[in-house]
Amino acid sequence: MTASNASPEAAPSYLLRGAALYGGERADLLIEAGRIAAVGAIAAPAGARVVDADGLVALPGLVDVHTHLREPGREDAETVETGSRAAALGGYTAVHAMANSNPVADTAGVVEQVHSLGRRAGWVDVRPVGAVTVGLAGEQLAEIGAMADSAARVRMFSDDGMCVHDPVLMRRALEYVKAFDGVVAQHAQEPRLTAGAQMNEGAVSAVLGLPGWPAVAEESIIARDVLLAQHVGSRLHVCHVSTAGSVEIIRWAKSRGINVTAEVTPHHLWLTDELVRSYDPVYKVNPPLRTQDDVEALRTALADGTIDVVGTDHAPHPSEHKECEWAQAAMGMTGLETALSVVQHTMVESGLLDWRAVARAMSEVPAHIGRAGDQGRPLAEGEPANLVLVDPAARWVVNPSVQATKGRNSPFAGRELPGRVVATFFRGHPTVLDGALNEPYPQPAVVTR
Amino acid sequence: MKHLLSTRDLTPGDAIRILDTAEEMAAVNDREVRKLPALRGRTVVNLFFEDSTRTRISFEAAAKRLSADVINFAAKGSSVSKGESLKDTAQTLEAIGADAVVIRHSAAGAPHRLAMTDWINAAVVNAGDGTHEHPTQALLDAFTLRRHLSKVAGTPSTGADLAGAHVVIVGDILHSRVARSNVWLLTTLGARVTLVAPPTLLPFGVEQWPCAVSYDLDEALADAPDAVMMLRVQAERMNASYFPSTAEYSRLWGLGDERFARFSEPELKDTVILHPGPMVRGLEISSVAADSDRSQVLRQVANGVSVRMAVLYLLMSAKESTR
Repeated sequence: MTASNASPEAAPSYLLRGAALYGGERADLLIEAGRIAAVGAIAAPAGARVVDADGLVALPGLVDVHTHLREPGREDAETVETGSRAAALGGYTAVHAMANSNPVADTAGVVEQVHSLGRRAGWVDVRPVGAVTVGLAGEQLAEIGAMADSAARVRMFSDDGMCVHDPVLMRRALEYVKAFDGVVAQHAQEPRLTAGAQMNEGAVSAVLGLPGWPAVAEESIIARDVLLAQHVGSRLHVCHVSTAGSVEIIRWAKSRGINVTAEVTPHHLWLTDELVRSYDPVYKVNPPLRTQDDVEALRTALADGTIDVVGTDHAPHPSEHKECEWAQAAMGMTGLETALSVVQHTMVESGLLDWRAVARAMSEVPAHIGRAGDQGRPLAEGEPANLVLVDPAARWVVNPSVQATKGRNSPFAGRELPGRVVATFFRGHPTVLDGALNEPYPQPAVVTR
Repeated sequence: MKHLLSTRDLTPGDAIRILDTAEEMAAVNDREVRKLPALRGRTVVNLFFEDSTRTRISFEAAAKRLSADVINFAAKGSSVSKGESLKDTAQTLEAIGADAVVIRHSAAGAPHRLAMTDWINAAVVNAGDGTHEHPTQALLDAFTLRRHLSKVAGTPSTGADLAGAHVVIVGDILHSRVARSNVWLLTTLGARVTLVAPPTLLPFGVEQWPCAVSYDLDEALADAPDAVMMLRVQAERMNASYFPSTAEYSRLWGLGDERFARFSEPELKDTVILHPGPMVRGLEISSVAADSDRSQVLRQVANGVSVRMAVLYLLMSAKESTR
């Protein structure tokens, strides 16, 4: 790592005093030169800054497999700078930036630009996701190899926002990424079954007169894709699983040994289509909010491992795209700064997950899916010091206007959430201290290969 | 009641109060000078994002007969067609001093947005939003039906509900705001409702609605309903495979001459035909049926003015009292 070798002696060391590792055993953590230098009962070395971590839970830095940073192209909605600040405040040390920017991240040039912007910002590892098809148009494979070999080292490929609906193209993509240890992250949405769709198709859409997005449009694509992944022996990741039926199909696929991972968003773990009765577009998202039965099935699936990871699908939009009629409004919700709290509320406080499992679902497995080598590592001596300290006893009310993201479209606005990120360490450097942004990690913008 | 957005929000008491007020308004409409000073100095804006001459002139007549000032704002040819947002339009109307906004919009929930945001303070009347609701249409249908039933029974209509009545609604339920508003309102007033449509034109989850559902119009007619409401069917639905052909649709779900002939049977002797208009003659209804003495179509139009007068009067006088 060129950056961390620059001046290791100059970087201050930190002693995190009395953190509960993974919510369990309490220990001190010494951070030096970008790494966890020691774990245990440690006397503070001279010059080390001591952080009182009494009552705080230490987790490996969170890794988001599904983030929209909007740059290049929609800098009015978000930039790499603002989005990665939001990520750091949410406890993240790495995010995977989806490809639906403008221009689309379908060439080595665009992914290197995003990667470089991320390094310059210095809040988290920004790992660009490459498009599967040129322009997300679903017609022709993008230059997957060039993106994989670029400075951005892309390993995750997705047309997210659009479904790779052509079965032949999906088959080819699944096969082709094998050459680069890549994964295809599918946005499962059969386009013909969802033309003009505005919300979950069900009892609520029938009353509201909004065109429905039926569960079968997601489930039929997932069923096809797991069978394709089995047939060609490739690795498939399913983005934002939203229905109970999808969970059953993924459970079946895993029982057959198919190499599939699945993601759920924080909002699908909590919110339902009942909220759409307000016609407030802050609740408009794709895939749509489903029913309480779906929420329960998703929680169970995350608890039993059928769903592997929580991905935010952080999707900021300018306010004019939400302050309008439902049908005209953009789809998407912010999520980076609320994800961990929502998971604590829906999964930890309900007894479905312990903090150890949260570390798996929000850091270790996401890092593994995205092949983010020095992320999602154990809290152990010698490991990269990417970690987060959480105060699980804190309570706070979501106020989008004070968040770091440019997006004001949080569906949790006004709700009280548990858990506060007190500190985030990114490569041994505190990007967040005392619950507030600190300084970014200093590193050169230009990467030498 | 500050706004009229959905008939689901109406209690039986609310609905009967609107219908009874409409009876009083109807009496005004029968007078030589059809005008009341009730809303003098108040401003009603007809905000129409969708063409609907019938509904717009009905609201315009209603407001004018109550002496309100009326501004017609058609979105086409205005700043809206140049990209102005609903929010900016609403704030403009607020600045102009609109006391009530009658909104017609292709987007379901647009009236809700006006009513629930702080963009505008005016009373909001939903004049049809997407495939969601059309509450004043349902109110005028209920009013028309109530008058008919009272006439048959020889009892006064004022104060009455629709207990015991049976209404069959036929056609494109899926895309019909009229059907939705009628299902909620008619059942709130005690009527029994049966929806008849091809399965493709029924909403997903319709079995949870407080009504019966049938695919068979003849079977529904055999149940001797008090009213049959025929909904407009757009021929374009055929291209999206909702049904194979207009001929097959007419044969199975249309009120053609042969089916209408059954109306002379004794059990259907008092059954009336309702249609929200505009009718597609020859598709969902034959000219013989549409022009027969069973058809209430023109009465519905006339009653529409009385019902809309009642709604504007009740909303705007309620608003005045809270100021």
